[in-house]
Amino acid sequence: MALKKDFVKFDKVDKSYDGKVLVVKDLQLDIEEGEFVTMLGPSGSGKTTCLMMLAGFETPTNGEIYLDGKAISSIPPHKRGIGMVFQNYALFPHMTVYENLAFPLRVRKIPKDEADKKIDKALSMVSLQGFASRMPGQLSGGQQQRVAVARSLVFDPQLVLMDEPLGALDKNLRESMQYEIKHIHENIGVTVVYVTHDQSEALTMSNRIAVFNDGKVQQLSSPDELYEKPVNSFVAEFIGENNTFVGEVSDISGGKCKVKIANTDILANPISVKGKGEKTKISLRPERALINPTDQMDNIHSGKIEEVIYHGDHTRVRINLLGNNQFILKVPNSSANLDIKLGKDIKIGWNSEDARALDPS
Amino acid sequence: MSSETKQILTTDGIPLEVSLKKAERKNKIKAFLLVAPLLLFLIITYVFPIGDMLFRSVDDKMVTQMLPKTFKAMETWDGQELPDEEVFAAFHEDFIKLVEDKREGKLSTQLNYTKNGFKSIIKKLRRKSKSFEEGNYKEQIMSVHKRWADVEYWRAIKRRAPEFTGQKYLKGMDMYVNEEGKIVSVEEDRRIHRVLWLRTLEIAFFVTVFCFLMAYPIAHLLATLPMKYSNLLMICVLLPFWTSLLVRTASWMILLQQQGIVNDFFVGIGLVADDNRPEMMYNKTGSYVAMTQILLPFMVLPLYSVMKTISPSLMRAGKSLGGTPFVAFWKVYFPLTIPGIGAGCLLVFILAIGYYITPALVGGASGTLISNQIAFHMKSTLDWSFASAMGLMLLSGVLVIYWLYNKLVGIDNIKLG
Repeated sequence: MALKKDFVKFDKVDKSYDGKVLVVKDLQLDIEEGEFVTMLGPSGSGKTTCLMMLAGFETPTNGEIYLDGKAISSIPPHKRGIGMVFQNYALFPHMTVYENLAFPLRVRKIPKDEADKKIDKALSMVSLQGFASRMPGQLSGGQQQRVAVARSLVFDPQLVLMDEPLGALDKNLRESMQYEIKHIHENIGVTVVYVTHDQSEALTMSNRIAVFNDGKVQQLSSPDELYEKPVNSFVAEFIGENNTFVGEVSDISGGKCKVKIANTDILANPISVKGKGEKTKISLRPERALINPTDQMDNIHSGKIEEVIYHGDHTRVRINLLGNNQFILKVPNSSANLDIKLGKDIKIGWNSEDARALDPS
Repeated sequence: MSSETKQILTTDGIPLEVSLKKAERKNKIKAFLLVAPLLLFLIITYVFPIGDMLFRSVDDKMVTQMLPKTFKAMETWDGQELPDEEVFAAFHEDFIKLVEDKREGKLSTQLNYTKNGFKSIIKKLRRKSKSFEEGNYKEQIMSVHKRWADVEYWRAIKRRAPEFTGQKYLKGMDMYVNEEGKIVSVEEDRRIHRVLWLRTLEIAFFVTVFCFLMAYPIAHLLATLPMKYSNLLMICVLLPFWTSLLVRTASWMILLQQQGIVNDFFVGIGLVADDNRPEMMYNKTGSYVAMTQILLPFMVLPLYSVMKTISPSLMRAGKSLGGTPFVAFWKVYFPLTIPGIGAGCLLVFILAIGYYITPALVGGASGTLISNQIAFHMKSTLDWSFASAMGLMLLSGVLVIYWLYNKLVGIDNIKLG
């Protein structure tokens, strides 16, 4: 059985709540069967609205959503067969863990012995065997979260939606839950659509990430591509740390462009600039710039160290470079780099390929 | 074990517990002083009157004190035949004293509660007793009226001897102690209180049901509507609270009377004939309608406060897991509102069971409740001990309901807001 390329398909979906502002604009999104797709974006970017439309709690103002080839706009939520994990788990507080998990099976009229087997399986999947008779209130946050995951999977849905499920957990627990959910996904091969505003969560867990802003998908690609090759300055700035230079293209040729910044030309990789005279914003990851460049880097400039912050395994160095005093460098704490001192002038170099000249916004 | 029981000392060598008490004493006194006014207020306005009421309902000292010598002389009387001269003489002595104090009227009222017919013979005895000769009082008193020669009346007097009595409670249940000292019900056509008790329970029950049916959707709307609409709705719910109870009841009288607005409307749309307008007031219907409207906020508010805390994602979860909207409501939402339902129903039922003004104004004869009867005895017959007895029966009824509720639902499950 071949996996479907467009298991979930958003086709030209618009959504407006008040008839004045579009929360989601012309959304075009295909999700493969068995994929873990994350919708990532700042709050108010429309990602949760998309999830709610998929779940059936909101209706698209325009366009259509297809699930496994069927248009689902007219299907009520309870007939869509989509599992969902809510932000605050939404466990039924008056039911035991067992009853919570039995709820979707009972409404589907699955015989009790079969249901018990499914519940056991789901609980062991989230390593909560022996908790069946507890009330949700007697569980810790992480345990409640796992019950919510088990409940969303217990009736074998084809698709599971997760709406910032780890938002209420503390940092350590959140990280371990990320791996746990990832492993569950890998083991049972269910399609997952995950919503979060936490980029590290998105990068760790997903096959592909859709970066939302202003009701639009800015970029849909794998985590590494998203990080290494952002297609516009919003994505570049939203994902990971980023150094930017604003300037004007003075020359463009042979897959490289010259950008004039503070009377100096730097070489960059033209991504969204087409010709001379265009304004652009250059994005450069901190770890792609090196101090004391020795190899053949085509950009070498010198700057002054403004701030040094010790981070254990690395040191963050803030440098005033080409008029940008927010230029950040991450320097590994090796014995070779002990001479980084405040106020010192140092040379910094990077490859023009890593400096991506993007849209100026 | 010994190390655990060893007294822990502070660094200054004072036992820790003593030191702790000393440190907390000031706060405790402060806390008590803050509560003291309320405590005092409660004792004066609540504990004391209720205690007095409880006492009054069983207190029967009045007659005991009016006829002290008579009851002393009656101690040896077996109650079979007419008492002997000693009793009559003692009674005469007590009676003369009462006449001097002009208190014989009270005696006649009191004795009349026990047995009808005392009023007239005591009046007659007062007139005749002025010309009584010394000695042989038995003959003289018996010749005043033939009832004075009836052993039944003397037994009735003897029944008033104890200082305390439960007979008011029996009367509240349409029962009495008969001549043989057995507790029996009064004749069928004179049982007024039982009907009233049952009607009170019935009306309170149905008013609670109506309130619940109407308040549940309102409270749900209030809890789920956006702020600007829910505020407006909340004001609509609370508006009756800010209006005088009397005004509200009076406006129901305007609406419900036979020539009233509701009837006019029914006639206007052809639902009823003009010469056959239904009576919607001065009967149970009036009590139901007006009491439901007046008590509605007491149901809406606890329900609302509970519903407000139920996350909308729970209903969504129920639906996303495959429950139809009804199943999601019934299995998820409804059970979570039970604390509010319990609080609202208890509140409305308890208020309704003791309701007074509204049934008095719109209830008519078939829509009055037990509290109207209590008020009647407080104001008209001045039988305060009977009114107190019925008030206490009402109170204990409420406590029974409270106890039942606690057994069935659990009182800590209640949520008033």
